[in-house]
Parts: sequence; structure tokens; C-alpha cells
Amino acid sequence: MKEEKLKNFASQVRRDIVRMVHAQNSGHPGGSLGCVEYFTVLFNEIMNHNTDFNMDGQNEDLFFLSNGHISPVYYSTLARCGYFSISELSSFRKIDSRLQGHPTTHEGLPGIRIASGSLGQGLSIAIGAATSKKLNNDISIVYTLHGDGELQEGQIWEAAMYASAKKIDNLIATIDYNGRQIDGDVDDVLSLGNLESKWIAFGWKTLECDGNNMEDVLNTLQEAKSLTGKGQPIMIIMKTEMGFGVDFMMGSHKWHGVAPNDEQLENALNQLEETHGDF
Amino acid sequence: MKIEILGNSDTRSGFGDGLSYLGEINPNVLALCADLTGSLKMNNFRDQYPERFFQVGIAEANMMGIAAGMTIGGKIPFTGTFANFSTSRVYDQVRQSIAYSNKNVKICASHAGLTLGEDGATHQVLEDIGMMKMLPGMTVINPCDYNQTKAATIAIADHIGPVYLRFGRPKVPIFIPKDTPFEIGKGLTIQDGTDITIFATGHLVWEAVEAVKVLANEGHSVELINIHTIKPLDTETILKSVAKTKCVVTAEEHQVAGGMGESIAQLLAKNNPTPIEFVAVNDQFGESGKPADLMKKYGLHFTNIIDAVHKVLNRK
Repeated sequence: MKEEKLKNFASQVRRDIVRMVHAQNSGHPGGSLGCVEYFTVLFNEIMNHNTDFNMDGQNEDLFFLSNGHISPVYYSTLARCGYFSISELSSFRKIDSRLQGHPTTHEGLPGIRIASGSLGQGLSIAIGAATSKKLNNDISIVYTLHGDGELQEGQIWEAAMYASAKKIDNLIATIDYNGRQIDGDVDDVLSLGNLESKWIAFGWKTLECDGNNMEDVLNTLQEAKSLTGKGQPIMIIMKTEMGFGVDFMMGSHKWHGVAPNDEQLENALNQLEETHGDF
Repeated sequence: MKIEILGNSDTRSGFGDGLSYLGEINPNVLALCADLTGSLKMNNFRDQYPERFFQVGIAEANMMGIAAGMTIGGKIPFTGTFANFSTSRVYDQVRQSIAYSNKNVKICASHAGLTLGEDGATHQVLEDIGMMKMLPGMTVINPCDYNQTKAATIAIADHIGPVYLRFGRPKVPIFIPKDTPFEIGKGLTIQDGTDITIFATGHLVWEAVEAVKVLANEGHSVELINIHTIKPLDTETILKSVAKTKCVVTAEEHQVAGGMGESIAQLLAKNNPTPIEFVAVNDQFGESGKPADLMKKYGLHFTNIIDAVHKVLNRK
């Protein structure tokens, strides 16, 4: 997909995010907006995936969202890729919806293979799925995304230790390193210290990238792909800006889990071109 | 059913041998263990099928997540650790990644209850049945001897959905005949009777057998039903028996709160209110000691079942 096409996809996903969260006056726009480039590149350029969904996902790449609260960007991407109808995005967080506040398999939404929301669990899931692929002689890759605040959960480090010790080298994890969490800056809440050193010390091949630069995301994910199968799990520390693409949502943790009002929605939409038609 | 002692073994060995059998017949069966391979009797599976055995170290939360992920791709993972570390330690992982996500994980839990013995209350979980039965979609099984545990282990591989299989540490009599079919969700009538029904699960089934001998000599006709599957509960068998006997004693190595007895009481309260007595631990933590001594001290001995039967017969 050409760069122009990726940018158009991203712009529409951003519109979907703010409109979904506004419609129900509930949800997490900040982290969702910051990860749009990642989702756009991953689902359009990197993963070999099948929109005719089946749970086992054999012989295709898999993605797990560990920080489930950024479900708006996930749902929009899945719908815009063709996993389910775009119009279904309007049911986000409403009763009787398949688009639950946090992603779940329970309502049978195509594209979702695990429930997430309670943080810190996705890396273990990905290790399990990657192991299953090895046992099935399936050479596909497993991808995960994690929040940076989520790294405060202990299970992440259990999984980090396991993945390198057991050479889970068909796994590419990414951290959305936006430096913010609900209560404030990650450095103030509970500093992660030197994140790169930590992952290197845990035995991971570690890459860095600018998560809001489409080209850098693409190049880094491609590099990561080329590093699979070499006995080491791969971690991408992806610097992003929470709320990226909507000026008044950037530079603060305050839009982590707050919906825009009517006026703010209009302001946001004026900054984002409608490229593929709103839901 | 004719009751005779066929041998003496721990239920965890029934699990280990059942798992090894599954390893041979089902290539999708995987085993994970959190540094308790010997305690769980998983050594044989580990040695026979090393490519399907996963040592995760002392990291139970990670183990539950890995198991959930392994099901994506069609595998059937069996996790092995103590009952305490299979439930209370990892309740959120089991709830979100396994139960809510409806993953085909078999959570196999040894050293349940007081009979873990000398290690004391930190390790003697008495709340696990309650925690696990509350999770929607979770099947909860607590077999009573080596043969039944082996049969249950083999049976759950064919059941699609999450299962909690609970067994124990001490050597206890083997008395369920080897060829007895294990049907998930179906109570096993061990003795027919007309005066009272005893519903027992796990290690308390043998205690109930001992109690029934004494009660028979006293002239009581006791119906003894082994409820190995606490969820889904065999409502049909329970209601049919109680309609005949009109009073009940339940017996289990668990807290009264959340246990098998509570499930039966709820069923009866709704359908056929009946006098009922509970032989179980009453809102207490355990302590270090010999299993047999602990069972006596905490009221889980066959004499406690006899006392409960006398009490409930008077309430009839």
C-alpha cells in the first residue's frame, strides 16, 4: 500500500476513534489515537492475515492486544480491513454489542482471539500461541501490543523471562511508550527506569521506533520480521504521543479515558480528513 | 456397586498416569508445570513426550496465560500445580484469559485441602471449588480415588471448554472399579438406600463409605452418591434421591461456603426444601499436621459424617 493510502487509512481510523468514543460518551481515545500508525501498518503491510476469521488462525500471523482499553483503534482497524461491517462500529460500548468496552471473544467478534482489559496478560497469551505455531510447524509470526503503564504488572516480567529462556523467536512484541497512564506521567506514577536496558537484560532483541512516523513504523516492523527465527524474542519500544492527530488531546494524560463533547468532537474532526466515509 | 479395597494410592498418581495415557493417544495434549513436576506426578509425561512438556518455572500467572494461548492452534493444554496456585493465586488470569475467553484449558490441581498436611494453611486451599464454580462455563471435578482420577483426567481431554480438576496428595484406598465409566456431570451411586442420602466428593467419599458401614449396623438404610462433578451439578440424580430419602448430608474437604454442599443446598431450597447437614470446614484456615489428624480436628472424619446423619434424621 502506498504511503498516501496508509495515511488515508490512518485518518479515517482516527475519525472512527473520536466518533465512537463521543457517541457513547465513554472509552479511551488517547492511547487509541497514539497507536493508529502501528495498527495501520501492521494490518495493511506487515501481517499475513485472513479476514475470513477462524479462531485457530493456522498459517496466518496473529495479533493480540494486551492493553485492551485501546479497543477503538483495534475495532476500527478490524472493520476497515473487512473483518466485520463498518456500520457495526456505531455499537461500540452499547448494550447487546459485539464491540465491548474491552475486546473479548465472548460475543464472537471476528478478529478477536482473547479477552483483554485486565492488564499484563497478553504477552503470556502470545507466547502460548507462538508455541502452538511451532508445534504445528506453522512459520507465521505472533504480534502483541502493550501499554507502557501495563509493564508495571508482574506477569509481563514472568513472560519476558520465559520468552527469552525458551527461545520464543516467532514473537514480535511492541510497547506503546507514550509515557502516560491514568494517574499521570508514568515517570511519576511508577518509573520504568531504563526500559531498553531492562528488555535487553531479559534477553530480548530490542528495537526502537517513532510510533507516529508511518515510515519508521513500517521500517521497524519489517526489520523486526527479518530478525525472527534467530533464537530471540523481539521487542519494539515504540515512542508515541498520546492523542496524536488531535491537537488538544496531545501532550497530557487527561485524554486517556475521557470522551470529547460535541464541540470538541467537531474540533477533532476538522483536523482529520474523512477519507473512506464515516460509519 | 460392590465396595472393596482394590489398593492404596494417591489421586495425583491417577492424574499422572491418565496424563501419560493421553500423551500416547492424543498428540494435541500438552502439559505445563510450574516447578512441581514430581509433586504432580508429571515426570512420566515429561520423559515420554519432552516436546509437549513445558516447564514454566515458579510463575503460575504466566503458565495460565501460555496455556490459554496454546489453545489457539488446536492444542489441549493441561496445567499442573498445587490447587492453591491453580486458583486463588491466578484467579484473574483464569477468569479473563481462560473462562471469559472460553479457552480449552484443563487446570489440574493437586494437594487440595487439608490432606496436604504438614506444609500448613498457606498451601491448604479450602476455597478453590467455590472460586472455580463461580466462573461461568467452568467445569469443576473432584474425583475420589486413583481410578476415578485417572478416568476423569482422560475424560476431560474430550470435553471442549475449561475444566478445573482437583485432586490430592495422600495415599487413600482405591475402591472405584477400574472399568467404571467416568461421565462428566453424572453422579455415581455407590449404595442405594431409603432413609437418608449422603452426597460426598473427593477424599470424603471413602470416609462416607466407612460411615455407611456403621450406620448400616445401626439399622439405617443409607443412599451414598459420589458427586465427582460439582459443576455442572447432576440435578436429576440429586432430586430423585432426595425425593425418596427426604434428608441429606453432604461431605467434602472444602469450606462450607462455596462448596459442593452449598450447590446442593441451593438446588434443594429451590426445588425440594429438605433438612441438610454439611460435613466441611467451617470458616477456618487449616494448620500443619498429619493429614489424618487434621481431618479429625477439622471435622472431616467418618465419625463426623455419622454424627451429621444422626442429627439430620432427627430433623426429618
